[in-house]
Amino acid sequence: MSAVTPSWDNVRGDFPTLHQEVNGHPLVYLDNAATTQKPRAVLAALQRFYERDNANVHRGLHALSMRATEGYEGARGRVAGFIHAAAPEEIVFTRGTTESINLVAASWGGANLKAGDVILLTEMEHHSNLVPWQLIAQRTGATLRYLPVTGDEGLLDLAALDRVLTPEVKVFAFTHISNTLGTVNPVAELCARARQVGAITVVDAAQSIGHLPLDVQALGCDFLAFSGHKMAAPTGIGALYGRRELLEAMPPWQGGGGMIAHVDFFASRWKPTPERFEAGTPNFADAVGLGAACDYLDALGRDRIEAHDGRLAREAYARLAELPGIRLIGPAGERGGLVSFAFADVHAHDIVTFADEDGIALRGGHHCNQPLMRKLGLTSTVRASFYVYNEAAEIEALVASLRRTLKFFRA
Amino acid sequence: MSSDLSDLYQQVILDHNRRPRNRGRLPTANRVAHGDNPTCGDQCDVYLRVADGRIADISFEGSGCAISQASASLMTTQLKGRTAAEAEKLYGEFHEIVTTGKEPEEISDLAAFAGVHAFPARIKCATLGWHAALNALKSEDQEPATTETHRD
Repeated sequence: MSAVTPSWDNVRGDFPTLHQEVNGHPLVYLDNAATTQKPRAVLAALQRFYERDNANVHRGLHALSMRATEGYEGARGRVAGFIHAAAPEEIVFTRGTTESINLVAASWGGANLKAGDVILLTEMEHHSNLVPWQLIAQRTGATLRYLPVTGDEGLLDLAALDRVLTPEVKVFAFTHISNTLGTVNPVAELCARARQVGAITVVDAAQSIGHLPLDVQALGCDFLAFSGHKMAAPTGIGALYGRRELLEAMPPWQGGGGMIAHVDFFASRWKPTPERFEAGTPNFADAVGLGAACDYLDALGRDRIEAHDGRLAREAYARLAELPGIRLIGPAGERGGLVSFAFADVHAHDIVTFADEDGIALRGGHHCNQPLMRKLGLTSTVRASFYVYNEAAEIEALVASLRRTLKFFRA
Repeated sequence: MSSDLSDLYQQVILDHNRRPRNRGRLPTANRVAHGDNPTCGDQCDVYLRVADGRIADISFEGSGCAISQASASLMTTQLKGRTAAEAEKLYGEFHEIVTTGKEPEEISDLAAFAGVHAFPARIKCATLGWHAALNALKSEDQEPATTETHRD
């Protein structure tokens, strides 16, 4: 789709947002785990769609509607290919990870969970993979159970898996990469273990989708949720992957146009997946943008993205460890493209405000991980997260800024 | 350091952040309220002993950024001895200071927080303790807070 094949030599040139000053300093954007910047190829795809093809999708008999439908369904096929789904019908477009997980919890959970059943989560889940399960547990009488995290090194306590993954567990939902710890969880192993007790698996891929090659069939998961905006695509579009036989057996979760086969005054019949789960006018323009982002990332090479982001994170971890009084959270070894840390004497928000003064965008807070934070005895951490356009020099800028901030508060 | 940032982190604020006044639970308290800022996870408990319509004693406990901790600390020094109506009025003045940057006519340590107005995201940090205190004032009298009464 993109006119020019992206190259690692000019990645920064592909992202217009990066080229600005903030508070008199060149922008150092290290808040990629919250959202990534967008390359020209994605922006151009959006503009092209709105300027040439814009019309409502499906049931349209005119040229623009047919082109829009082609674009939307083409994007579905592109996303299916991006994660190696068996068929485009296994991709349901949503607003993002949160909506995807809510869909599974409400539809699959509502139809399949009952009192006595257990929903297994891990202690490192983002609120988006926690609260939807609390809601469905309250509705169905199922209970929640947690696989523990080992402490500051932030690994799942796999030795405890036998104890918590019992036959009462009907669904095991866990994150691929922790948004606070940076931990990369052994998804394939966890899915295989869940299968042994007959539990379905839901993988939160929000932090992994844009950062590494992903193959849902190799991972062996039943559902996988992600957002476009964390992988160089527009906001407001994401997807739920579901194994076809599971999706086909699930009831709708929202009603409206586009998802029905037949409507009567008192009852209706549903379309098959994926339309069954896409009531109302879908976000087709941003889906086209998501397809363009898939093209962009594949052209860069997702194995190379994984190596690049991981290298920056390990380098940042090593440099930050030199700062006096720092507490680094998460694994010291292999990690996703982010680093989280805290100081006992300087609060995360003060650090983020001072970094912003130096043009550096960080995130400070609980990162939608309140229960995990409480367990670690923290109220907040600072997080620096990396993407394809970040460079080692930016880590040095971060470390220098942190040193100035510590000096100020410790004077 | 820019002037905005040095206005935000004034000496008064840094001092209260380093050496918070009236920090810790107040064993004799008969009013308590919890405040939290869900966007950033900051928390603040305010303990009051109200006697004869006045704040006889006050303390706070909490975690958060320098702005929220210093603000709660300074607040305790300003509210002691005040009536509920006086406390409300003082909060009105404080709110004006942190949202507009306009310094009060009377000389007051609260003016140290004028720099907050340039950082809209931080206004809630500065007002967290005040909200908890005003809620505590509105709450019913209770037994001295000898047990954990705040919700988590």
